[in-house]
Amino acid sequence: MADQARISTEAAVLPTVTTRPVDLRKRLRINETIIQSLLFLSAFISIFTTLGIVYVLGQESLKFFADPAVDLWEFFTTTVWQPQIGQFGILPLVNATLMVSFIAMLVAVPLGIGAAIYLSEYASERVRGFLKPLLEVLAGIPTVVYGFFALTFVTPFLRSIFGANTVSIYNDLAAGLVVGVLITPLIATLSEDALSSVPSSLRQASFGLGATRWETSIRVVLPAALSGVIAACIVAMSRAVGETMVVALAAGASPNFTFNPFQPAETMTGHIARISGGDLSYNTIDYTSIFAIGLVLFFITLILNILSRIIVSRFREVYE
Amino acid sequence: MSAELTQPTSGERSSGTLPEGEDIRKNVAGRQRRGKIYQGLLFATTLIAIFILGLLLFNVINDAFGGVAIQSTTEEETLTGGRPLDELSQPELVLLLEENLRSRVLGNLNREQPLAERDAAALIDLINAELIQPELVEIYTLTEYLFNREAILAELAEDYPRAELEFKSWVSGDFVTEPMSSQPVDAGVRTALFGTLWMLAMTVVIAFPLGIGAAIFIEEYEDAKPFDERKAWGRFLNKSLVRINSLIGLNIYNLSGVPSIIYGILGLAIFVRALEPLTSGSLFGVGGDATANGRTIIAASMTMALLILPIVIISSQEAVRAVPSSLRQASYGLGATKWQTVSRIVLPNALPGILTGTILAMSRAIGETAPLIVVGASTFIVTDPSGPFSKFTALPIQIYNWTSRPQDEFRAIAAAAIIVLLVLLLSVNAVAIIIRNNLRAKRVS
Repeated sequence: MADQARISTEAAVLPTVTTRPVDLRKRLRINETIIQSLLFLSAFISIFTTLGIVYVLGQESLKFFADPAVDLWEFFTTTVWQPQIGQFGILPLVNATLMVSFIAMLVAVPLGIGAAIYLSEYASERVRGFLKPLLEVLAGIPTVVYGFFALTFVTPFLRSIFGANTVSIYNDLAAGLVVGVLITPLIATLSEDALSSVPSSLRQASFGLGATRWETSIRVVLPAALSGVIAACIVAMSRAVGETMVVALAAGASPNFTFNPFQPAETMTGHIARISGGDLSYNTIDYTSIFAIGLVLFFITLILNILSRIIVSRFREVYE
Repeated sequence: MSAELTQPTSGERSSGTLPEGEDIRKNVAGRQRRGKIYQGLLFATTLIAIFILGLLLFNVINDAFGGVAIQSTTEEETLTGGRPLDELSQPELVLLLEENLRSRVLGNLNREQPLAERDAAALIDLINAELIQPELVEIYTLTEYLFNREAILAELAEDYPRAELEFKSWVSGDFVTEPMSSQPVDAGVRTALFGTLWMLAMTVVIAFPLGIGAAIFIEEYEDAKPFDERKAWGRFLNKSLVRINSLIGLNIYNLSGVPSIIYGILGLAIFVRALEPLTSGSLFGVGGDATANGRTIIAASMTMALLILPIVIISSQEAVRAVPSSLRQASYGLGATKWQTVSRIVLPNALPGILTGTILAMSRAIGETAPLIVVGASTFIVTDPSGPFSKFTALPIQIYNWTSRPQDEFRAIAAAAIIVLLVLLLSVNAVAIIIRNNLRAKRVS
């Protein structure tokens, strides 16, 4: 009764206080707006970075190609890179990069996919809990340490097998093998993710038809996860193309157009690292040339990354 | 797989006969055997990866420890007549120096500080440096030192009859606390270690707020419509904002695939060259180092921050996404605004996950070398970095520099520096994991 009485007195008071209708629109809170703008800005930095990369590489490359010593056609078609005598053909650098990446993929694809299948299809929880962190450790070791390994262990080892006369102190084979080791964990972890996301009903159906574990893995699970596995390989390839420290230490410091993996041949990344290593003065052809090489490198890796993205989204088998 | 058994030919299929009896047993046994073989092969590939990890560590340790052959110009015993140096009294040491040094050298030394006024330890150092002059003539790896000793001793006896073989650990207290030197025996990583720590701290300060902010924006504000939906321009702006947001997500993915050396080039053109007044500190009037030309810690840190930003963003995004939406809705239900919900509910709950990702990013920043080379880290710095605007060197740069020298001594100290780097990586990881576990425990209780 007392409650009712109070409500009735309030009801009597209310109309006199709020005469106009209640505004239900979202109120503008200035703090919220400021914070949202700040957050937007920090997210937008990534766009700025991309624009910055494209702008910087493009602008300095334009200066490079505007130089009378450089010819766009010769840049992409001739096989001599000798800035001292005005020869700028990028093919030896691209060739060495592709050779190192190819050797690396020869090592990393079988090792990485094999390890991924083992971890995802065979290993028990306990074994997996032990092996996966080890692979992550392998992935976390700084690349300069791999470079040390290539130069002080792999090269002497190759020289003792093939003879010191055939294998130079700096060579693409040692660099390629070690880059392969370096990208193996990448392929293994990404492929393992793809393999484990294949629904287990597929495996059980295969087992139910009497297939062995190997037949199930290779004929059912691997094809089902193939897009993810291929994408992993492409991402790893892009990583191998951009890898710098191993090739800077082990592949030699002379741009050399050769298909012999025992010979020294400088890659694109190795060349950029060597040229910019000293006190590089601006407005020289050396300075602008690293931007032109960087632009080519950027496009190669960008195309590989976009390709992997397309493969994942277009060819993925969707279950359930 | 054998085609004849698992995939019956068309003739068999039409007659409806499948392998029977003994054939089935053989078929199954063969397939299982094959399965076992391939399982072994797969296991072997995994083992190879681990074997290589072991090989890598072995190689580093093998070079970082080992034997050294030291030969002195004059033996201690012949100088003192058989008594060890530290048993001699101060006047005896002075006498020893006066007897054996040439008068010009003596004169110079006396002018610096008269010999008679120096204490015994300083005199012993002097005798070591001027008279005994121990010189490193040959170095051996750990395996050579341990398993090939006889051959080494025989070789030494022939080449350097007075040399003595000793065990040497290139990683030592002195190695960590001494500054750079052009002599590998005296060189240390102190300046490089300070450079790395400075750079790491500044990178974290720049990258983490930006990365976490970006992750929150993408996850929490992606579909926010800040402009007035009832007006045409508001709808247009909201729509373009949504488009930009989806572009940001794609862009971050692509950025994570850009080679690190490209970031180095970006840093060289923008932070070192274009923003030189800012990064050399002259804008603030604090750039004491006129020779740095913008090749400073702050320029390197900004470059490194851009490099690790995608990693920080992607891992923070996952952590924010993992916070259950019931928590958010409860917060809104109590009348909290968006930012109140994000800052007091979402962020504290996502923090352990965010930290996990940032550990990864920090490890990357510690070990990354290529961008530092391009941005222009110096290789030879004797003084500790004094602030964000000083020239610097970093551990990976030293490793790169020393590895690329042909002499064995440099190879040994490169291996020693690698051990320091790996220990630093491990300890940063350990600290971060402890912090994360503490936070996680707090949230649960």
